[in-house]
Amino acid sequence: MEERLDTYAKKGNGDAIFRVITLLFAFSIIVILLIMTGEMVIESLPALRKFGWGFITGSDWDAVQGNFAALPYLYGSVVSSILAILLATPLSVGTALFITELAPHKVGTVTASLVELLAAIPSVIYGLWGILVMTPWLQSTVEPFLIKRFGFLPFFRGAPYGVSMLAAVFILMIMIIPIITSIAKEVLLAVPQSQKEAAVALGATRWEMIRIAVLPYGRSGILGAVILGLGRAIGETMAVTMVIGNTPQISLSLLSPAYTMPSVIANEFAETAGKLHASALMEIGLILLFVTLVINFLARLLLWSVTRRWKGGVA
Amino acid sequence: MSTKLKLDHLNIHFGANHAVKDTSMDIAENSVTAIIGPSGCGKSTVLRSINRMHDMTPAARVTGRIMLDDTDIYDRSVDPVAIRRRVGMVFQKPNPFPAMSIYDNVIAGYKLNGVLKRGDADEIVESSLKRVALWDEVKDRLRQSAVELSGGQQQRLCIARTVAVKPEVILMDEPASALDPISTLKIEELIEELKERYTIVIVTHNMQQAARVSDVTAFFYIGELIEMGETRKIFTNPEKKQTEDYITGRFG
Repeated sequence: MEERLDTYAKKGNGDAIFRVITLLFAFSIIVILLIMTGEMVIESLPALRKFGWGFITGSDWDAVQGNFAALPYLYGSVVSSILAILLATPLSVGTALFITELAPHKVGTVTASLVELLAAIPSVIYGLWGILVMTPWLQSTVEPFLIKRFGFLPFFRGAPYGVSMLAAVFILMIMIIPIITSIAKEVLLAVPQSQKEAAVALGATRWEMIRIAVLPYGRSGILGAVILGLGRAIGETMAVTMVIGNTPQISLSLLSPAYTMPSVIANEFAETAGKLHASALMEIGLILLFVTLVINFLARLLLWSVTRRWKGGVA
Repeated sequence: MSTKLKLDHLNIHFGANHAVKDTSMDIAENSVTAIIGPSGCGKSTVLRSINRMHDMTPAARVTGRIMLDDTDIYDRSVDPVAIRRRVGMVFQKPNPFPAMSIYDNVIAGYKLNGVLKRGDADEIVESSLKRVALWDEVKDRLRQSAVELSGGQQQRLCIARTVAVKPEVILMDEPASALDPISTLKIEELIEELKERYTIVIVTHNMQQAARVSDVTAFFYIGELIEMGETRKIFTNPEKKQTEDYITGRFG
């Protein structure tokens, strides 16, 4: 009897130690995050004190004069990411539907792995392709066409530079397609066979089955995939920096060069003109962090409100 | 009674597996036919061949003929979608569409046939729900999600959804096996009423259920139709020894 109690005691100990260790690991991640955020806040204090709200409402970024305001970067990041998402979502969901519901098994598998291969390409290579192949093509073909046909819209005014918001949107679109497609694919694969059979047995064609059974069942997951794509797009630095033109201006025209938050950080951190400049860059980093957190929070809120209604659960 | 469905030398393969072997049976109009047999005997496989559900399984191969009235449903010229509108199906587990309201679930299949007017839709929802004796329980919450209903209610909703399409034949694949006894009883009473308008084929591994609800019973064993006849006769005086062994509980 004594012996048995002993073994139990020993076991209990091991569990406790293991629990403490894993707790420490988990806790350290939170601590790292907090330290990082804290450092960023402290470093950006000089800029915060000097410019206040003007930092995100003003457009003047002049390292020589010591004036820093970040609205053009904020605008460039948000607009390029959202447009990229709008273009990438139908393409990605369509591809995922093709892979899971329409293609013969082998074709689907090959397509899926090709799409996933896209995700493995380093972003600098996308940038290189963008600057050497895509932007010249935009400049010589796409942008003149847009100006000629749709020049009456404010979105397509101005000269065809090649490097532009449009180029950034396209490159981001290509870069986020793999992530949205592969998550959407997993989501669609998780739609229960019973749901598809329910639709088919009612006399649904394949498209009708997708419309009434597959997409509604998977919509919260697809939404999650889209939001993850948005997160990736807003933080993407290298490829965007190479094609967007790096001009801090706010223009409705997609043909104008623009600038994003990650791009300005990457371009200027190495040669800062004094403490205030560095502090301003740090504040941009802080805003980027904040925007990303807000996007994720909104996404979870949205997902939660969609999934909550199905809490009853169904086969 | 005239013959509604005629299975003629039906064979079903899944890859190398010969799941249903040379089965022929006649199913009369406005009757309830129960298919019984031990697990894996091919009873569900036969059932799912009657509305071409095997089309969804690439490895499945169906040979022989199934005549629905004068149409060979496996003929090249026949559109499986059109067949499934004439032959509805109710599944083992209730599978309402979770993203839709009760109302939209009932109308989901009917909507596929084309545009419909609001008034017509209301009428179809009401009559379909009344037919499955669910109307009184849900009439005040038609806009609520279907997943808020109990399992038994969900299954009756699924039957209402099938009925709304106005099929001629309803296939039921163990429709009560996931339900509690009271819900089961309701489904069984429903089957009794539905047979006045529809031809019903039901797969069940509950022999009492088969005895209670069906007019004709077919016994399958390892992919073969062993015996088919009037339910009373099958359960009291079967001709084949295998049938007798099964219904008396000696195996299965």
